Amino acid sequence: MFKEFTKGLIRENPVFVLALGLCPALGVSTRVVNALGMGAGVLFVLLGSNIFVSLLKNYIPEKVRIPSYIVIIASFVTIVEMVMQAYLPDLYNSLGVFVSLIVVNCIILGRAEGFANRNTLGASILDAVGMAIGFTFALLLISFVREVLGFGTITLFAMGNFDGVIEIPVLVDSPARVFALAAGALLVTGYLIAGFRWAQDKAGGGK
Amino acid sequence: MVTYIGIIITFVFINNFILTQFLGLCPFIGVSKNVESAVGMGFAVTFVMALASITTWAIYNFVLIPLHIEFLQTITFILVIASLVQFVEMVIQKVSPPLYKALGIYLPLITTNCAVLGIALINVRNNYNALESFVAGIAAGLGFLLAILLMSTIREKLDSEWVPKYFRGIPIAFITGGLMALAFMAFDNALLNNLIG
Repeated sequence: MFKEFTKGLIRENPVFVLALGLCPALGVSTRVVNALGMGAGVLFVLLGSNIFVSLLKNYIPEKVRIPSYIVIIASFVTIVEMVMQAYLPDLYNSLGVFVSLIVVNCIILGRAEGFANRNTLGASILDAVGMAIGFTFALLLISFVREVLGFGTITLFAMGNFDGVIEIPVLVDSPARVFALAAGALLVTGYLIAGFRWAQDKAGGGK
Repeated sequence: MVTYIGIIITFVFINNFILTQFLGLCPFIGVSKNVESAVGMGFAVTFVMALASITTWAIYNFVLIPLHIEFLQTITFILVIASLVQFVEMVIQKVSPPLYKALGIYLPLITTNCAVLGIALINVRNNYNALESFVAGIAAGLGFLLAILLMSTIREKLDSEWVPKYFRGIPIAFITGGLMALAFMAFDNALLNNLIG
């Protein structure tokens, strides 16, 4: 049971290993805080859709299952959109169109079709949480590298006296802007995937 | 007229969907292994994006706004796109079997292509009218076609080159895409202003 949870983190990491959900992973990874926001949104939607799909799996006719899954997913995305717009307007604006695009994030439909529709409720919940954390972990890694190199800062949530931005000496004065741009996102992701494979190979003793 | 040329240049080069906005990245990496399938995918996406732009524009302005249910746009758009893709598949199959043979296998994949839902949402955000939405849809599709075509020609060449073990396949595709994006940075708004004043 526990392996349903851990597999999403490393062995079947959605971004680095399965190469799913790439558009949001790259689109919002300019700031660390955006990655956290996106990760939370995906966690909520994935959890909701996995729970509903798992509960309804015996009632949804085989032929209309994909449209049904899409409606379930889109409903949860709409909830996320409305909540974010109301309580976190800044985050909503910086994520832009990518919040709505969670609907077509292949990870979510992939888990509904590939896992939740043939597994129990408990396993589906663990699967959703594990996958969402794996996705967030990948996003954090990409956005951390991009923000540190591209802006020389680490942006987190503002709390009390802390304004949410950590500045890194030297780099903040002369950042390598290209990492904040599209080209940097693709390069960083390419190198991280290769690094991930290398690390897995070392840890697993090679296949 | 100048507005439309501006929209075309913006969506094909300056805001190229794949190389600057990351929309449609999955097929860009997944279906770019050979030129033939890349071109097939590119045309299928362009076709669906143009149709989806005009259809979602009509639904947004004639259904969602009069009923004051704009907040349902995400659900509505994805359902419209999914049924549109199904419909296009059936029509092409009946009308032109050769075209169906060429594009058929790519059509089901398009529903979950972020670029199609992306253009529908971006049209609404930019307050485009019907014709502007349609032109933006075609232009964004052509931008996708251009990027995936260039990518597939590079990847065909890469096949015969030696690539370090851990970089084979997806990582090297990302790095290639990154270098292409770097080249596309030459197209910016200053260039657009020089061209059309």
